[in-house]
Amino acid sequence: MVTALARTGTRFTELSARERASALLDLGTFRELIGPFERLESPHLQPQDVVPACDDGVVVARGDLDGQEAVVLAVEGLFQGGGIGEVSGAKMAGALELTLRDAERGRIVRPVLLLETGGIRLQEANLGLLSVAEIHAAMVALRSHVPVVGVVAGMVGCFGGMAIAAGLCSYVVMTREGRLGLNGPQVIEQEAGVAELDSEDRPLVWETIGGQQRAATGMADALVEDDVTAIAGAVRSAFDAGPPAEHRSAQVERYEARLAQIDTLDQLDGPALRALWRDDGGGR
Amino acid sequence: METLTFDYPASRPVSGRAHVGVVGSSDLEVLLEPSPDDRAHVRVRTSAEGFGEVWEAVLDRFFARNDLAATVEINDSGATPGTVALRLAQAVEESRW
Repeated sequence: MVTALARTGTRFTELSARERASALLDLGTFRELIGPFERLESPHLQPQDVVPACDDGVVVARGDLDGQEAVVLAVEGLFQGGGIGEVSGAKMAGALELTLRDAERGRIVRPVLLLETGGIRLQEANLGLLSVAEIHAAMVALRSHVPVVGVVAGMVGCFGGMAIAAGLCSYVVMTREGRLGLNGPQVIEQEAGVAELDSEDRPLVWETIGGQQRAATGMADALVEDDVTAIAGAVRSAFDAGPPAEHRSAQVERYEARLAQIDTLDQLDGPALRALWRDDGGGR
Repeated sequence: METLTFDYPASRPVSGRAHVGVVGSSDLEVLLEPSPDDRAHVRVRTSAEGFGEVWEAVLDRFFARNDLAATVEINDSGATPGTVALRLAQAVEESRW
């Protein structure tokens, strides 16, 4: 069983989504909802010649964090690049909506999203888009009751519509290996050419969208080692901190002003952006 | 992708169920649970087409060594025969917990 996992000295990124969810929760409290034997798989993949997974690549787990009720939504990055389809998206949106309903009735359940995802699953296009929109809406409603905490540990990273979900989180925990960006490097290279971004240039990619850069520019709140104990601790600290004074995604004027500082005629690099956007806390 | 089914005589019912592995590159997931009758039923869905004989050889060997009345579902993303054998053994071990 995953609950028997060693909890110290274990690299978080070596764990499956199910193991990650279990490792984050208080020892022995993990229980999965709509687990593999429910066989709630995508109906859209097999007709398109793609082998489905019995959980559609998302694990919904209940358990405790510091003795408080929690729900962990873990995306399995190894299945279809963590792409969000109709079923996997509905599992996440449904869990968040139920958590919201609980919160509205005064029962606080701590929501954690483990985001290893390229965004919407291309085989399910509009249905994926729709479910990601539902996830966003539920997150925004929920975060006024309880912090919504996202973790981008790697190795897939978090992109597309799910990067927007990361942006909507109350707090984002990252590792150096984690990457967070609307368009992934390969997509940028494909669309804008290798002169715009060489996706094989790993130092450049991580300097642009890696965890260290995201934390330094205030787009992530905690930068931790790729270690189960470190990540579990950072998630608990985020809930201890309570809701931020103002959510990142609500600070429209602040980010508009920041964008206005950038001269797009010059090629901006990671260190220059860091100097320009040094995290000032932003009143959060 | 390709769907394959196999059937083996069996006399020992499995006690529990188990889910191991991930449908990710060169890996597979195995769902193992008690069979409704005294046979083993296997369904394989694999991304790699044309390997029916290899699957048959791996599964023949596994069920020759393990008398298990189990329903086994495999979702495969191009795992090698060695990985398949290890995942099956892991599933059997976990079903005993």
